[in-house]
This record gives sequence, structure tokens and C-alpha cells, in this order.
Amino acid sequence: MSNVLLNISKLSIDGIVNESRSRIVNEVSLNLKKGEVLGLIGESGAGKSTLGLAAMGYTRDGCEIVEGSIEFDGVDLVNCSDNERRDLMGSRIAYVAQSAAASFNPSHRIINQYTEAPIFHGKSSRRDAEADAIQLYNRLRLPQPDLIGFRYPHQVSGGQLQRAMTAMAMSCRPDLIIFDEPTTALDVTTQIEVLSSIRDIVEQFATAAIYITHDLAVVAQMADRIKVLLRGNEVEENTTRQMLKAPRESYTKSLWAVRSFQRKQKSLAKAEATPVISVQNVTAAYGKNEPVVRNVSFDIHAGRTVAVVGESGSGKSTAARCITGLLPPLSGSISFNGTPLPPDYRNRSNDQLRQIQMIYQMADTALNPRRKIGEIIGRPVEFYRGLTGQAKRRRVEELLAQIELEPGEFIDRYPSEVSGGQKQRIGIARALAAEPKFVICDEVTSALDQLVAEGILRLLTDLQDKMHLSFMLITHDLSTVRAIADEVVVMKDGAVVEAGPKDDMFTPPHHAYTDLLLSSVPEMDPDWLDNLLTARGFDNIGDAAIEKMNES
Amino acid sequence: MNLTFSFAIFLVTFFVLLIMRRFAGVAAHNLTLLQHFSKTSLINLIVYAGVFIALVYYIVFLFIGGATFYKWAVQGIIGLGLCGFLFRLLGKNIGTKKTKQAFAKMPVTAALGILLIFLYATVAIFADFLAPYGQAEIFPKANLIPGGNPDFGGDPAHILGTDQIGRDLLSRLIYGAQNTVGIAFVTTCLAFLIGIFFGFLSASLGGWFDQIISRIVDIIMSIPQLIFALLLMTLVTAWVGSERWLITMYMILIIAFLDSTRVFRLSRAVGMNIVVMDFFEAAKLRGENLSYLVFHEIMPNAVAPLLAEFGLRFCFVFLTISSLSFLGIGIQPPLADWGTMVRDLSQFINFAAFSPLTASLPLMAAGAIALLTVAVNFVVDWVLQMTSGLKD
Repeated sequence: MSNVLLNISKLSIDGIVNESRSRIVNEVSLNLKKGEVLGLIGESGAGKSTLGLAAMGYTRDGCEIVEGSIEFDGVDLVNCSDNERRDLMGSRIAYVAQSAAASFNPSHRIINQYTEAPIFHGKSSRRDAEADAIQLYNRLRLPQPDLIGFRYPHQVSGGQLQRAMTAMAMSCRPDLIIFDEPTTALDVTTQIEVLSSIRDIVEQFATAAIYITHDLAVVAQMADRIKVLLRGNEVEENTTRQMLKAPRESYTKSLWAVRSFQRKQKSLAKAEATPVISVQNVTAAYGKNEPVVRNVSFDIHAGRTVAVVGESGSGKSTAARCITGLLPPLSGSISFNGTPLPPDYRNRSNDQLRQIQMIYQMADTALNPRRKIGEIIGRPVEFYRGLTGQAKRRRVEELLAQIELEPGEFIDRYPSEVSGGQKQRIGIARALAAEPKFVICDEVTSALDQLVAEGILRLLTDLQDKMHLSFMLITHDLSTVRAIADEVVVMKDGAVVEAGPKDDMFTPPHHAYTDLLLSSVPEMDPDWLDNLLTARGFDNIGDAAIEKMNES
Repeated sequence: MNLTFSFAIFLVTFFVLLIMRRFAGVAAHNLTLLQHFSKTSLINLIVYAGVFIALVYYIVFLFIGGATFYKWAVQGIIGLGLCGFLFRLLGKNIGTKKTKQAFAKMPVTAALGILLIFLYATVAIFADFLAPYGQAEIFPKANLIPGGNPDFGGDPAHILGTDQIGRDLLSRLIYGAQNTVGIAFVTTCLAFLIGIFFGFLSASLGGWFDQIISRIVDIIMSIPQLIFALLLMTLVTAWVGSERWLITMYMILIIAFLDSTRVFRLSRAVGMNIVVMDFFEAAKLRGENLSYLVFHEIMPNAVAPLLAEFGLRFCFVFLTISSLSFLGIGIQPPLADWGTMVRDLSQFINFAAFSPLTASLPLMAAGAIALLTVAVNFVVDWVLQMTSGLKD
């Protein structure tokens, strides 16, 4: 008997929307040996999740396997009955979803969800399963392993929940686990503890795994082999090291190249120059709660990009809300070109409002879905400059040309009729339409694929050079910072930890937290995680490291 | 034909269907219908078995006689289904490209709903031309049986018979469409104007304004609606004195006021979901005033759920008016109204066992109410399905 565990050959899957078919996966073949980890990478819409689910013999509603075969350890998963498939799922094949927070049932304790599969499949009694769970929690280095399972999902942090989910997938000691972007929603410092736990446990039990992600650096740490997908087609497949060293296809090369975009840092603004935006000792809170931002100060000069970096909950978006006036600060002041701004946006003049514009993270919710693109961009033109009719239309066309979209093609479309990257460009055009001096970019690229994100970053830098704009770039992605920022402000728990020019920021010595952030960003080196773990030890990553730092 | 017997046929049919389903699964791949049948759920199989039995009974009753109302119901359902099907067929082949496409995707129920609403609207608008007599006209022959056959106590001049004081029932049904449906429509529109206005205002202003309005609405909603309406109607009946027509005006206002609380809840909830979106924040930060925010940012995104609610609310308003009329304080005589007609003729239902035609007197108005309610709900379901499909 060969040691091939999963064999998918020439699999095609169609998606059916409103009676029209479209190919999601096109004649992709894949095989996986026992204990091997295969990385699937590609942009959104590449069909990697669909392929991953198909490895369990499962298709989402509206998807249909058209041809090809899926064979798991001698069982034909395409033609087998539901009962046979049910016997395999959970016990021999398991699945770890992207968002553990959304995948756990919020009204059951974590350990009860762990024991569900072993009991259902008759593998062990409840008591044995619980004991086993505690052992696995221990292995995954969850804090208080004998107690954590008895909490509800909302009482546990995101990274811990993702590890609990991995433990759950392990509960029947399956032969194959499918990880669907398990760390995408996590911060970098948390991501690394999840990655190291997953890798450790997969090695320990010699489990085969399919690891789906769009992040090359992550997949480089996890997978033995990598398969690249593009719009449902296989681009190439190779061992991880070979793939990283010498990608064959041009598409793969372009994926690799994205991370190399970097703009030279501009010279620092003169000390005596008036900053465009000056935030002085701002403290802000939601309602009567603890302040989320404490005593924060920073300056943003004309034509410069200041990146505000920090993990979720560090108060970077709250600082932006203070600048826009949506959240009047408890104390401190914000001035624009030297004149203080009223704290509440309702008290600001239209001209003051015009000067500060915002580009949002989710382009989907940032554009009114029931208005045409021409109206969305045209409104600020009309509102601030009083242009109507033909003059307004000409200005909108001009703006569309500036964001590199064909005006005639887009002006009469609705936001739902354009792609994610184009939506984000329209968000930029709406901000530009007000002719601002200062633009806040709130995680503008985090919801986009790498190639598209790179296009947006290039556009932003071009626009900055042409119009002498100042940007406040809110992000948790350090590669974005490296690409376009001039100055960096690092925030943690609502306070500024470190601030300075970008080049200083990326060269040691750092503040301990900056150091932790920087070292947690995965690199395109397959040995990176190993090296890091040997250098810092298992107990000095993620939450544990932050705690240690806070103590010292 | 006792219950055990029908239960036995049900079980037999069900098992036959089960076995058929099992074998449909192994049928050739090119037989799509059979393939499709093999994936039918158990619940659907039970429904199929039930429908089968209903048809079997219908055929049995056709031969042995009896169970008149049951036969009418089956004939009605089949007839209406056929009407819907034909109407959809018509729509698929006639009209502009867009309407053709819309009809092609429409389920039969929605087509039937649209057809019925269209018919009701036509009857209501052209009541003066369609009705053979006036709504208050009294004829010497009272209590004529429908059918127009003199042998059974009917009269060809009054095809649907006359009521207890000799008014032509066909005319009153037609005028009833005008009064009941028209008043219900006006009332619903008014309820929506009030409800949406305050709902959106609450959603976008928030704070104490929202608190005060919402608590007032909570208080009103905590009182049972029909009882509250009765109470208020009794009050206004005392005020209006001799001018009886004013009662109808007050009724419109009272029902609109009470129903606007439900509309308020919905539009506030829908508005709340839109207010937290980034595009709304962007508009606020642009310095837009309240009316722009409500009409250009909230309104276009709230149209679909509000439209669906309009359909449902219309049915409830319509039923409330009919109930009030049934209780004698709604639409005042001599205006024809379906609720009043049901009340006036209700005692004839007791004759169902001996003379089905007599018993059908109150059922005609009741059926008119029921059919419109069902039709509106068919269309609402369809609209809801379309809009939820858009979100995906």
C-alpha cells in the first residue's frame, strides 16, 4: 500500500449563481502523503478555500463538483454516501476555520465542543475526551490548560481561541487537517504563537495538513510543498525551498516581488515648520469607560506620511477619530496648520472639515451601495465647490482619471459592480474630491490582495507627490510601513511607545515592544520560525512575551 | 371514509414515495428530473403525500357527492394556480425586455399575487362603473340566495343574492373593495409616513431624543392594539355626535397612529444598521445636514425592507379595519365594507350543513379579505427573497 493519503485528480468545481455557471476550480490535481503539509496560496477568488473544502468531499451551497475524483485513503469522496462521508469528517479529516471567534458556538463551553466529535464517533467517553483535551491544551501552551476549556468562547482571546480550535480538530487524531487561513485575523505577535503551536502539533502526531493562506511568509514556515493557484487554475507546485529560491512562473514571481516595493524616506521636515496636524497630549475615552488613548502627541508635516502602528486595541483608530472630531477628546488639543480645531466635528466649519479626509478599511461599507460612483465622488465636489451639471461631471471624470480608472466606464456603475481594489480607489477619489491637505488612511490595504494592495500604495505615494498631501497611515502591517511611511509612531495600550523616522525605526536599538513587533513579522525564509524559536524560546513569544515585557 | 382509512393511504403513499426516491438516485445521469427527485427532503415527501391524498379525496367526493366547500376550495386553489401560471406565461411573452426577464424568474405564487392585487385595484378604482347597482340601494327582495337560480331562491338580477334588508351583494362587494382597500391603503401610507419619519430621526440623532420616542412607543405597544383602538374609537364616537362620517376619519388616524409604532421600530432598526456604516460617517464628516443624511444616505438603503413591511402592514391594517367594522365602530353604514358584511351575514354560516349556497353569503366577503391578504403576502415574500438574494 502506498503512503498517499489524499489524491485529487483533475478536479473541476462550478459555482452556480442565478442559473449562470462559473468555474471556481479548474482541473486541479493534488496529492498528499501521510504527515505532509501542503500550502495552498493565491489571491481571493483563486479557489483555494473551495479546493480545501473539496478535500473533505464537501462543497458549499451553490457549488458543484463537475468532474474529477477525490480519493481519501481509498475512499472515493465524490461518489460515497453521506453516511460514509460523515464517518470520515471530524474523525479522520478535520477543518480549522479562519475566524475561530465566529466558528465556535458562543453558547457552549469550549471543552464541550471539543468532546463532541470523539463522543459522536464513539472514540472515547466524555471523561476520557476531557482529560485528553486538557492534555492537548497543555501541549498547545494555552494558559491554565485545566481550566481554560470550561470557559465560554467570548471569555478567551482570539489567539487562544484559534489554538483551542486546532486542539478541537486534533480531538480524534485525524489523518488530515485543513487549515483555512487560521492566522489571517490575528495580530502578528499572536500569529506567531498560533503558528508555532500548529506546527508543533502537526509534527507531533504526524498529521497531514493542507494549509490555505494568502501570506507567503506564513506558508513558508508551515508547508513542505507549496501550490500556487490563480483564478481556479494551478500555476505551479514545488517544494517550499525550491519555490522560494527559484519560482518558475511569472505570476509567482510577481507575488514574490510585491514585498520589495519600498519608497525612499524623505528628509525630515524642518523643526520650526508648522505641522499640518499636531496632536497634543490627547486623552480620549468612549463614554465613561477607561481612556482608550492616553496622553498621545505627534505631529504630521506637509507632504509626509506618518504611520501609526500597533495591534488591535492599541488606540490607533481612536486617535484618528479624535482628529476627525467624531470622538471629542477628554483633554488635549488638535491643531491644523497651527490653529486649534474645535474638538467636535459639528462645530467645525465646512472648510475645516474639507481639509481632513478619511479613507476607510472596508471599501464595501465606505461607499453607499445604492448610489452610483459618479454621485459618490460628485457629492463632495458639489458640496464644497458648488459645481453642478457638466462642470461637476467633468471634475468627477478628472478625479476618476487620477485614480487610474476609465471615467466613461465607471461613472454610471454601482459600487457592487466593481472589484475590491477599484472600490478602494473610489474611496480615495471621494477623499481627493474634497481637495484636502490631510488624509487619514485607516488600514486601507488590509482587506486587499497583495498585488492589488501594492497598486493602492503606489497610487497613494504618487498622489502625495503630485498634491503635496499629508497622510496618517493607520496599520498593523509592518511591510506597508516599510513601503511608504516617512515617520513611524508605535502605539501600545493607548500610549505612544516610540516615535521617529522610519529608517531609525527599522534599525536597532528599539523599544522592547517595537522589537517584539518587528521580530514577529514572518519572513520569506523557511527557517525563520525555527531560528526565532531557538533564539527566544517557546515561552517568549506572543502574549507571554508581552506580559514579560510589561513586568520588567 | 374515517380517519384511520385516510391515515393508511397517507402512510402507503409516503412509503411509495420513499422507495421511489431511493431508486431515483440510481437512475441515469441524463434524467435530471429523477436526479432532482432523489435529493428531495423528507418533509417535502410528506407534503407530496398530503397533496396526493387531498386530490384522491377530491375525486372521491366528485363521484359520491357532498363536501361542497371542500370541492370549492380544491377547485379554487387549482383555478387560482392556473390563473397565476397563465399570467406569468403572458408576462414572459408580452412587454419590454426587463418585464419579460422579471416574469421569467418569478414564482407562480408571486405572479398570482400581482394579478390579484391588480384586479383588486381595478375593481376598487372603477367600482362606480363595474357595480350593477348602488351600494345603498335597497330592493324589495331580501335574503336572496347566490347563484341566480329561482328554483333555489335566487334571482338572475342579483347574481350573488341580496342581504337581509335587500341590498345587492355583488355591488356591495365591489364598493367594499373601494372602501375597505382604499381606506386601508391611506391608513398604511399615513402610518409609514409617521413611523419612518420618527424612526430615521431616532436612528440618526440618537441620545435622549431616541430614548424618549422609543419609550413612548414601548408604552403604546404594551397595550393590546385592538383594545386600545376600541378605547380610542369609543372616545371619538362620543365627540363626533351626529356627523357619522367623521368616525371614519378618526379611525384612519387612530389605526395609522397605532400601526406607526411598529413601523417606527423597524425603520429605527434598519436605520441603526445604516448609521454605523462608514459611508454614513463619511457623510457626517463632510458636514451634511440631517435631511441629506436621511434622504440620500439612509433612505435608498432602507427601501427594500420597508417595502416588504409595507405589504405586511397593509394586511394588518386591513384586518384591523375589518375587525373594527365587524364590531360596529369602523366604517359606518350605509358605506359597504367587507368586515361589516361578514358581521351582518354571519348567522347564515349555520346553514352550511343543509344549504351550502346560503352559507356562502358571509364567506364571499371573508374570502375577499383572505384572498387579498394572501396575495399581498405572496408578493411580499417574493420581494423579500429578491432583496435578500441581492445581498449575497
